Amino acid sequence: MAGYRELLARVRSEIEEISSVDAHELLRSPDAPLFVDVREPDEWEEGHIPGALYTGRGRLEQRIEGFVPDKARTLVVYCSAGSRSAFAAKTLGELGYESVVNLAGGFADWKRNGFEVTIPRVLSSEQRARYSRHLLIPEVGEDGQQRILDARVLLVGAGGLGSPASLYLAAAGVGTLGIVDPDVVDESNLQRQIVHATDRLGEPKVLSAKRTVEALNPDVRVVPYQERLTSENVERILADGWDVIVDGADNFPTRYLVNDASIWHGIPVVHGSIFRFEGQVTVFHPGVGPCYRCLFPKPPPAELAPSCAEGGVLGVLPGIIGSLQANEALKLILGRGDSLAGRLLLFDALGTTLDEVTVRRDPECPVCGEHPTITEYIDYVEFCNAPIGLG
Amino acid sequence: MAAVRIPPTLRAEVGGARQLEAHGETVADVLEDLVSRHPALAPQLLDDGELAPFVNVFVDGEDIRTLDGTETPVRNGDNLILLPAMAGG
Repeated sequence: MAGYRELLARVRSEIEEISSVDAHELLRSPDAPLFVDVREPDEWEEGHIPGALYTGRGRLEQRIEGFVPDKARTLVVYCSAGSRSAFAAKTLGELGYESVVNLAGGFADWKRNGFEVTIPRVLSSEQRARYSRHLLIPEVGEDGQQRILDARVLLVGAGGLGSPASLYLAAAGVGTLGIVDPDVVDESNLQRQIVHATDRLGEPKVLSAKRTVEALNPDVRVVPYQERLTSENVERILADGWDVIVDGADNFPTRYLVNDASIWHGIPVVHGSIFRFEGQVTVFHPGVGPCYRCLFPKPPPAELAPSCAEGGVLGVLPGIIGSLQANEALKLILGRGDSLAGRLLLFDALGTTLDEVTVRRDPECPVCGEHPTITEYIDYVEFCNAPIGLG
Repeated sequence: MAAVRIPPTLRAEVGGARQLEAHGETVADVLEDLVSRHPALAPQLLDDGELAPFVNVFVDGEDIRTLDGTETPVRNGDNLILLPAMAGG
């Protein structure tokens, strides 16, 4: 039976090793390898090689294929001095990774050479517990969770769609949620607007939502705007800086205004709309896909587009559509997956069917087209009330 | 024969149906067939006999404005979607 020293010597003879100086050269090459850090979490938190992937030695075998599906990718494995990582390198080879090298001398030697080190921003132990189910997903992980915590999402409307969207975004840890809504909580809202509650009747919706959301997750700061979004205040509100807009407005003028503003500011809009048993959801991403005006160049006459207040809506429908909006917003924040840009989902709650249609950019679009004719805010109420043909 | 999805805002005009079968070689023919059987649809879909600018029609998931407009051919078994703009939130 070999003792530890013999075992380590044998393993080192079976793997490739690289010096810190050579590894540092590789880091700057266009075809840079992936550095894999197998130290303990507290060692990682004190500093690591820039761009390295953290996966502790304990769960390396379990997790590496999720993080690095491409087994042909070159991996440089390191620990503090090069011993733990030698065993890790051998294991990775046995898992089928074709090009694995151990960093001789480990992170200690890297630092001795004066090479750059990243000090990671770390989650608190409370955050680690709260977001543990996110941290387990390779596509989110600690970096993704930090992106979510840093994100700023503006919700237009704290109603049917804004309720589930704000709750799920807050639960996910979106650090700043702006909420724009001029209304107060009304009894008729409570059949679907789950961010509010019976004891909030008469309270401004933005403040009711702020209470619920901040009670759900103290990591979230809510910026309330108790006003209707208009051409007069949109620039002030957008000046606060937003990464994504979730549009859950209840009227056409606001939707056209959100669209135009988002194009001029280059902010993606996650669009949702609902009526009775039907919902629509898509992403309007400036520069990537079409805009709201490409899809709906002119608003319909009022009698053809009744609001939920006029026509009704099934209570759970905004729960479904607003949750899809939260999903799209999180993907945009994480930079993961395929967004709904250029695709519109049509959900029918009666048949439980989901249809998808393609939405293309209109080169003639008056706002995002090749020769825009609308370049500043207009009177959106008038635009949406104007008789067809004059709009 | 094509299947046409009727949006909730137009269901009152067609007796509550969510989907209707309609005949026609082109989108214009299919809409004409629908309107002939459900005349109440005419003011909702047409403007001076033409497709109203606020009505979006998709044939098998593609907007007819990016195809041949109302002259877009419709094959047997195609799915047409009349897509309304909805503002509710």
